[in-house]
Amino acid sequence: MDMKVADRGVTMSGHETGQPVTRNEQANHELSIRVRDLNLWYGETQALKNINIDVFQKDITALIGPSGCGKSTFLRCLNRMNDLIPSVKLEGLIEMDGRNVNEVKMDEVALRRRVGMVFQKPNPFPKSIYENVAYAPRMHDLVSRKADQDELVERALRDAGLWNEVKDKLHEPGTSLSGGQQQRLCIARAIAVQPDVILMDEPTSALDPISTATIEDLMDKLKQQFTIITVTHNMQQAARVADYTAFFHLGEIVEYNDTKTMFANPHTKKAEDYITGRYG
Amino acid sequence: MRQSFDEISAQLKRRHRKSARLKWMSMGALGLAGVFLVFFFTDMLIKGLPAFQQAQIQVQVDYNEMAQEIPLAAVEEEVRPLVSRGYLRLIPGRMEDNADLLGTTRMEWVLADGQVDQYLKGHHNNLSASEQAVVDELAANGRAELKFNTTFFSRGDSKMPELAGIASAAMGTVMTLLVTLVVAFPIGVMTAVYLEEFAPDNRFTQIIEININNLAAIPSILFGLLGLAIFINFFGVPRSSPLVGGLTLALMTLPVIIISTRTALRSVPEDIRHAAFGVGCSRWQVVRDHVLPVSMPGIMTGSIIGLAQAMGETAPLIIVGMVAFIPDVSATITEAATVLPAQIFTWAGEPDRAFTEKTAGGILVLLTILITLNATAVVLRKKFERRW
Repeated sequence: MDMKVADRGVTMSGHETGQPVTRNEQANHELSIRVRDLNLWYGETQALKNINIDVFQKDITALIGPSGCGKSTFLRCLNRMNDLIPSVKLEGLIEMDGRNVNEVKMDEVALRRRVGMVFQKPNPFPKSIYENVAYAPRMHDLVSRKADQDELVERALRDAGLWNEVKDKLHEPGTSLSGGQQQRLCIARAIAVQPDVILMDEPTSALDPISTATIEDLMDKLKQQFTIITVTHNMQQAARVADYTAFFHLGEIVEYNDTKTMFANPHTKKAEDYITGRYG
Repeated sequence: MRQSFDEISAQLKRRHRKSARLKWMSMGALGLAGVFLVFFFTDMLIKGLPAFQQAQIQVQVDYNEMAQEIPLAAVEEEVRPLVSRGYLRLIPGRMEDNADLLGTTRMEWVLADGQVDQYLKGHHNNLSASEQAVVDELAANGRAELKFNTTFFSRGDSKMPELAGIASAAMGTVMTLLVTLVVAFPIGVMTAVYLEEFAPDNRFTQIIEININNLAAIPSILFGLLGLAIFINFFGVPRSSPLVGGLTLALMTLPVIIISTRTALRSVPEDIRHAAFGVGCSRWQVVRDHVLPVSMPGIMTGSIIGLAQAMGETAPLIIVGMVAFIPDVSATITEAATVLPAQIFTWAGEPDRAFTEKTAGGILVLLTILITLNATAVVLRKKFERRW
């Protein structure tokens, strides 16, 4: 089994630690995303350098690091949101389900159908709560009958832990909800199309501690069904929710480890300094 | 350096005086604008309201055989000059349509001549002393009255002021603006959507953008020349028609619609676009389902204001022949027609003083429509501008 894990090649970029990542839990997890030699430039500035990482299915992988280290940029590579920025140049392999999603002939719309995203600031559509959830499945032709659609909306809202709070006001605007509820609505919107992966870009940074705790509990439940990759500024959050943690610094992954090791016994000095609060 | 409160206050006094002075100056400017507006409206109302009333006199109409040939014979000699010639002209036709009329004599309220109308309104007129005496007598017997002027709203232009109306010009305006709307709105909105949501930001699109902004500042008469050269001389669109007028005004309105639509699109938060891309929308779906609905109030406001501007435009229409004498209400967009401001322009040049009130009346109608349009723009914006 150890051999198998080693085969998956959880490689560190830049600083080789020689320590393969070991999993404590069930070993039947499959590879979700394999990234090899990913380089990204904003114009002339290189923002990501030789990123190599393997993300496992149905785990939470946290990306941590100081501001401007490239963790959000990397996250946006995974559903090609960087395509929206004209100056971005991207090289390397991002493999999902046997395909390199980082090539021109890969349709980014198809990719985003399988890789959902939750943003830093809750951004529900300026539509009703119901419509926020129903829009994407209907657009992707996942539902046709009204009854199916109702059922799907209810299921997504239940999975996002929001159903009981909104079931009586489904047709009120999504923005009438509180910040934490809006963020859960955005999660419901993302999971409504049954993606494989959910990317979360600092999903709780705009929320109060109670809403943050709710979202963290929710993430823990959602990993039964989905692979979650989350960017966070909050190291305690990474320690609480993540199975794996990648530490970014100046556009490189300095260390990638299972969260327990990362926080208890980091292999690199930089990660240790960051985690212990010496900078960041 | 430490200063006491008193010292600081003493210095502040000058600053406070300055801001007070500025405040009074701004209020004065606003007040001046208000006074001009009130003055303008009062003048228009005083001059224009009489146009909505027209003199009618009650005369005996004798439908005899002679009247079939010479309509003047239908009324008594004494009141002949007081009856509108336009009314008299209709008599033979009415007798042909209705054979029973022949040989009957009826007391009828008929449209009075424009001079009688002016005399009754106390304006300058060309009636002789004896004619004035007859009108006075009719009025004393309750046989000469100012009644609501339906002619003004139901007929087209006429050389006889009592028969001149704005119907053909109003119809021309409606048809012209419809053409403008149908052409300029979709092209303008789609252009703005392309430039704002799809086009790459390069030298080429920047040049297009600068040119569009410049187009909005071009004197409107040049658009008339363009319309003449392209639509009439090259494509052979009938001149004086609402079609060519509408197309010309569409050229003029396009930059306004494009600019206001781009502003509206730009004010849509990026968050909404990201959310839509995030759930796997194609660019077109992002625009259609999320960006356009949010920006619609702004787009509509800009377009209505652009149309209102086009509606008040005369100069380019002179060039394409829409400032013309159009007595009949045209039914299709390829017939010759005129528009409200052009009609006002024509009346303003008439030597007959009776047209003065028509001119002012036409302005009142145009203003009413413009204010209605602008109010619609405000209401639409308020209605669709939901807080999300």
